[in-house]
Amino acid sequence: MFHSTQDFYIQRLNTFSVTGCIQIVFITLLSRISENKRESLMTTFIKSFNIKKRDFVRAGEASINIQNILKSLDMDPKLIRRIAICGYESEMNVVMHGGDGILKIEIDTGKIILDISDNGDGIENIELAMQKGYSTATEEHREMGFGAGMGLPNMKANSDMLSVESEKGRGTHVHIEFNVS
Amino acid sequence: MTLSELKDILEASILVGNEYLNMEFDKCRASDLMSDILAGPAEGCVLLTGLTTVQAVRTASVAGAGAIVFVRNKIPSHAVIDLARTEKIPLLTTHFSMFISCGRLHAHGITGPDGMR
Repeated sequence: MFHSTQDFYIQRLNTFSVTGCIQIVFITLLSRISENKRESLMTTFIKSFNIKKRDFVRAGEASINIQNILKSLDMDPKLIRRIAICGYESEMNVVMHGGDGILKIEIDTGKIILDISDNGDGIENIELAMQKGYSTATEEHREMGFGAGMGLPNMKANSDMLSVESEKGRGTHVHIEFNVS
Repeated sequence: MTLSELKDILEASILVGNEYLNMEFDKCRASDLMSDILAGPAEGCVLLTGLTTVQAVRTASVAGAGAIVFVRNKIPSHAVIDLARTEKIPLLTTHFSMFISCGRLHAHGITGPDGMR
């Protein structure tokens, strides 16, 4: 039994705390969740997922989990698709090119943020990496259906803001924002 | 057309998802490259691919494709079939090549994701 809309959403979000997460933080803020519901939610939702280097079997699990969270909040399916694609491409990038990494989603007032960081080799030339078709992928990556140099361009095309910080040998940090109207 | 009709046209077998045989499809995406599928519209499409890893199912789920047909008689592992069951994505396998599969579906009115024929 939910005493308020806020309780209802918090209950929904809490259902995702049981699988595979390492962190859930609720911060009290005023937030709108769904255009349809036009309801207020006194919560910013943050959840983080571990990504393991070369773990091709689990690659994509976090994005599917994020997709399910957003579906449970009745968000716009097109927005969910854009976020899931960015999450999935970033997961694959970490698995293929990064070291171990963390994918974090933050659902906040009018904005959803994906924040991906890894401790891998880093990107030598970010400008080149942002170009369609540029790839340093191996044959193994291509056998998984990825590695055609479309990851970062695809993420940029599906986001409202994307920034990449990287240094050779010092890992990569990708910050992606989506506006929620 | 329904998934059942599509199955007959491709002389395919259902690996999982018998309960979805009445699903309707009028668009198709075909690729072994999952980034390619993610780069364009795929909602409600049937996905033809030769890739049988979990990434094919996760790509279909993220991109919104409604079903996957594996070409060239390819059959995925049990883990992939179990994942598809969880994600509610029917899986089929056909003995036809990608080229012939596309041609057969095109000849029966299936379009690309943008409605082009």
